[in-house]
Amino acid sequence: MATTATKDNEEAGVLTGAGPLLSVNNIEVIYDHVILVLKGVSLDVPEGNIVALLGANGAGKTTTLKAISNLLGAERGEVTKGSIHYQGQRVDALTPNDLVKRGVIQVMEGRHCFEHLTVEENLLTGAYTREDGRANVAQSLEKVYHYFPRLKERRSSQAGYTSGGEQQMTAIGRALMANPKMILLDEPSMGLAPQLVEEIFEIVHKLNKDEGVSFLLAEQNTTVALRFADYGYILENGRVVMDGEGSKLLENEDVKEFYLGLSSGGRRSFRDVKHYRRRKRWL
Amino acid sequence: MEFLNAVFVAPFLDIADSPVFFAEVVIGGLMSGVMYSLVALGFVLIFKASGVFNYAQGAMVLFAALTLVGAMEKGAPLWLALLIALGVMVALAFAVERFMLRKLINQEGIILFMATIGLNFVLEGAGQIAFGSDVKRLDVGLPDNSFEVGGILFNTFDLSAAFIGAAMVTTLALFFQFTPMGRALRAVADDHQAALSVGIPLKTIWVVVWSVAGAVALVAGIMWGAKAGVQFSLVLIALKALPVLILGGFTSVPGAIVGGLIIGVGEKVAEVYWGPTFGGAIEGWFAYMLALAFLLFRPQGLFGEKIIERV
Repeated sequence: MATTATKDNEEAGVLTGAGPLLSVNNIEVIYDHVILVLKGVSLDVPEGNIVALLGANGAGKTTTLKAISNLLGAERGEVTKGSIHYQGQRVDALTPNDLVKRGVIQVMEGRHCFEHLTVEENLLTGAYTREDGRANVAQSLEKVYHYFPRLKERRSSQAGYTSGGEQQMTAIGRALMANPKMILLDEPSMGLAPQLVEEIFEIVHKLNKDEGVSFLLAEQNTTVALRFADYGYILENGRVVMDGEGSKLLENEDVKEFYLGLSSGGRRSFRDVKHYRRRKRWL
Repeated sequence: MEFLNAVFVAPFLDIADSPVFFAEVVIGGLMSGVMYSLVALGFVLIFKASGVFNYAQGAMVLFAALTLVGAMEKGAPLWLALLIALGVMVALAFAVERFMLRKLINQEGIILFMATIGLNFVLEGAGQIAFGSDVKRLDVGLPDNSFEVGGILFNTFDLSAAFIGAAMVTTLALFFQFTPMGRALRAVADDHQAALSVGIPLKTIWVVVWSVAGAVALVAGIMWGAKAGVQFSLVLIALKALPVLILGGFTSVPGAIVGGLIIGVGEKVAEVYWGPTFGGAIEGWFAYMLALAFLLFRPQGLFGEKIIERV
């Protein structure tokens, strides 16, 4: 695994001069030709990293992920400026099908399991783009069951009747079935009990360490996300307002104050917040 | 009193009086039910995979049958004519995806429905321009004679129709349940967005679905054409498929079959035993009344997918 990873790096390096696995450069996204949602977002995901995309509701996290996986077209959104490179190649014009074949797959917010299919059938749909034969797909299925033993127990239940946590696991497992190099994970903690959130993040961490899968994850649960992420970006109103290593962001006074709800001293007024943010560099 | 007697008592006495005749009526109904099911199947396939109610399914049946007859009139042997007709239906599927569905991606279901009404007129017109509007005889070499088992008359043509219908339904059910493509089709039916996100290309799926629906239309066209002649009125049997769908559920392949059989048997039995009370010809509207009752009490049909709701 390690050798192939470095080989991929070298190949990409030849094309670009050793860039990150995924690089988003100053993209602007407009929905329905009028609604400007992303106003210039740039971010990098180095190979083998977990990168967190943080921010409040409507900050543009989901839109960023969909711009990368190219699911925007199905919602009448389009990337009007900037570029997206994956392994050194421009990918903003590719279909989701092409991207999945190249190893980028999205797990959508709200899980989106195929309700009337069984858990196992759900997982198998993830292998739609695979062309390496049944035996390899069966092996991947075993791998998914290894990481999510619970899914093995529920394999023949209709996905619509499984619990929220099991559905989230199904959705992640389904993405794994495509043999991805990179998973775009949208709000995995949504609607789940804290203990389950922890469990899911542990698995994400394990997949990252053992399988070498890189993650770009959008999260509102800043504390958990930053604990597991190598690097974090904070989005606000369609712009990146702050970025840094996970542990540093977790220590940052402002992040503590505004995203973790931990106050270091007296409460500052909202006016100060705005002022502070205006001085931040827009990226 | 006399009316109540004619509705609630007399028909059942008649049935008890001559069970053999009743069986014959039921079997006749089952046979025409299979024919309804064949048409309904085409609707279900497209509705399942794309949520589109394909108004043009009836026109597709006519178009497929016309192509087959047209090819045979030009001197092609049956097998070649079948291949040509099948090829034309697949080509039609590609054209529908390329010129209709692709332009309407992400539109409301009702807009797609309107588009299929347009397609309906195009197919009706094109079929008649190319092959004329005369009633054509279609002879596919199915035996058409009768034999008796235990006093009940069977028709070999109806039997082979039933057999072909059953074979097709089994094939489709296996295809949907056990192949990766079938699984992908069911996935698309459940959640377009999620299907896209795992890399299932919707364009391919649509071409496959419309091709399969085209093939089903061809089979339905052959059976109806051989029975009643290939003519413009084939388009209208699509209307009979509607109550079948309401009964069986728009999303269920087995539902289309069972719905078709119930409608077939129901209208024959109703016609024979209750017809005289209502002045006859209730075969024409019985199916719609039944559908209305179902809409009131079980709108998802007998086998339609339950709306899964977790609380």
